[in-house]
Amino acid sequence: MAEVRYLHAVNRALADALAADPAVVVFGEDVSEAGGSFGATRGLRGRFGEDRVFDTPISEAAIAGAAVGAALSGLRPVFEIMFMDFTTLVMDAMVNQAAKARFMFGGQSSVPLVMRTPHGGGLGAGPQHSQCLEAWFAHVPGLKVVCPSDPSSAYGLLRAAIEDPNPVVVVENKALYAMKGELPDTPEPMTIGRAQTLRTGRDLSFVTYGAAVHTCMAAARDLAAEGIEAEVIDLLSLQPWDFDAVLASVGRTHRLVIVHEAVEAFGPGAEIAARMAQDGFDELDAPIMRVGAPFMPVPFSKALEGAYIPSAAAVVNAARRVLA
Amino acid sequence: MTEAPTSPPSDGAANTGARVLCLYRQLLLIRRAEERLITMFADGEVPGFIHLSVGQEAVSVGVMSALGAQDTIASTHRGHGHAIAKGLPLDGFFAELLARDEGLCRGRGGSMHVADMSVGMLGANGIVGAGLSIALGSALAHKRLGRKQVAVAFFGDGALAEGLLHECMNMAALWRLPLLFVCENNGWSEFLPSSKQISFALADLARAYGIPHTRIDGNDVVAVADAAADIVGAVRAGGPAVLECMTTRVRGHFEGDAQKYRDPDDLDALGPLDPIRVAALLLAGLGVEDAALKAVADEVESRIEAAVEAARRGHDPDFAAAYADVYSPAEAV
Repeated sequence: MAEVRYLHAVNRALADALAADPAVVVFGEDVSEAGGSFGATRGLRGRFGEDRVFDTPISEAAIAGAAVGAALSGLRPVFEIMFMDFTTLVMDAMVNQAAKARFMFGGQSSVPLVMRTPHGGGLGAGPQHSQCLEAWFAHVPGLKVVCPSDPSSAYGLLRAAIEDPNPVVVVENKALYAMKGELPDTPEPMTIGRAQTLRTGRDLSFVTYGAAVHTCMAAARDLAAEGIEAEVIDLLSLQPWDFDAVLASVGRTHRLVIVHEAVEAFGPGAEIAARMAQDGFDELDAPIMRVGAPFMPVPFSKALEGAYIPSAAAVVNAARRVLA
Repeated sequence: MTEAPTSPPSDGAANTGARVLCLYRQLLLIRRAEERLITMFADGEVPGFIHLSVGQEAVSVGVMSALGAQDTIASTHRGHGHAIAKGLPLDGFFAELLARDEGLCRGRGGSMHVADMSVGMLGANGIVGAGLSIALGSALAHKRLGRKQVAVAFFGDGALAEGLLHECMNMAALWRLPLLFVCENNGWSEFLPSSKQISFALADLARAYGIPHTRIDGNDVVAVADAAADIVGAVRAGGPAVLECMTTRVRGHFEGDAQKYRDPDDLDALGPLDPIRVAALLLAGLGVEDAALKAVADEVESRIEAAVEAARRGHDPDFAAAYADVYSPAEAV
């Protein structure tokens, strides 16, 4: 067991996947010579060669479309879209082609591709370099969406995504790239669709993913100082999401707060809340609360951005409301 | 069932009667299949939308005559000709268009999504220009995996207005991919003449990327086959090419399109350009007897009849099976 940074875990997962399967290729803007704009692919070109780790022009639509054609023709492409905001440009390839090919061709084919892309604010990157758009992809049948919260899950989910026969969107919160955490000496792929319980508690459940996991853990510590014990469920995967784990937690605590950095309106929390209101109704002792970003673009100014991203204080406030 | 081979006997560039007759058979197979679809569509037997390639068959037949079964193609919304020429089983083709479980795509795709991975047909496509990047990726896979195959992207002149074409031509040229761009230039972008949509010549665009461009009469199947044989050979050896086939759209954008936007004289003038007529004249010049053409026509008719009848006997798709195919199970790759 070693302590590594999130970014290193991503790099290690890519390296291990490249080493394990000659069909895996890694490409995207500045991923090869430069080693990635955040450094996620550093060193891979030297180790695996530029036939397998290569730079592309700034052509997001063709990068994603080529990944579909390559996946249908025997490769396992892993491509990077430098900021999740730029995934607006890959939508046809991901939504109309990758997501539907297996279904609309009658099960003839699989589309084993991975799109890695960082979301999230906190770096002053402004409205077009900070958005959390994972709900768009989670809404499309045929796509899987995962969102690792720490180095261990960054490794395990990326390996699982690359091994998966389906198109998988791996969303990494760029504010987490520098965080440190434990990674086993021989890490294993995780199971997509399985949540992890990071903290148990009797009083309420926080259901969350990505960077908001850490916000919830901080909120849970604050609440614990007052004798309130919150359970923290890290979804890890949004499509599919671990319905059973969430329902079981609600069954234990009877109070649910869903927290994410994505805009609250029509966000992933809306789906989880609706399902729990329907299937967990008898377990609930309070209305379900959601904590997400306000319905506005991600602002640039630190002062604005600080107020924009859901804080531990906002999560604590939501907890107080469901406990009231 | 396996269709007859799509490649005519290779006999150098000589136009032997046997070679042209083989191409003619494929032209006629596509034409008669689509004519049957016209009738069945009018009778309400074909659901959804269909876009016919009547008048454009020589492009499909000529290009496919230069490809092997492991070469890959990405098609368009007007893809019946590509599908049949690439060697898709006719039974599965008709069953798909009739939305049957026995269809190539089990009734989930229909005309605009006909595909058969086993013969390298990566799908018709409902999105204009989308096949360009799929073929680009397929060519990338051929190259990276050390295969000698080529990929072919079919697209119409309407797709010249899509930005993806630029991205794909740039990347194909940059990486010297074994990718053939085949533009079926029928002069129309849906309901408008392409002259009202496109401000440039494809030849000039290709030149900008340093990609060789060849423009030919796309209604002369022998001209297409000869050009394709040369160009596919060059593409296989390394590097993309553009083949622009000037052709004719006869039935409008979609079946049922009354084409009120089109001068009736313009449509009437298409007769002598009909690729089947052009091929038949060539065959007559080569001394091929009418009886031989008649025999081909009879054979084609009976194959289509058998496929249509088989499709009609097919079943509605099963919802649970369709739902189960939204995702691949873990062991599927």
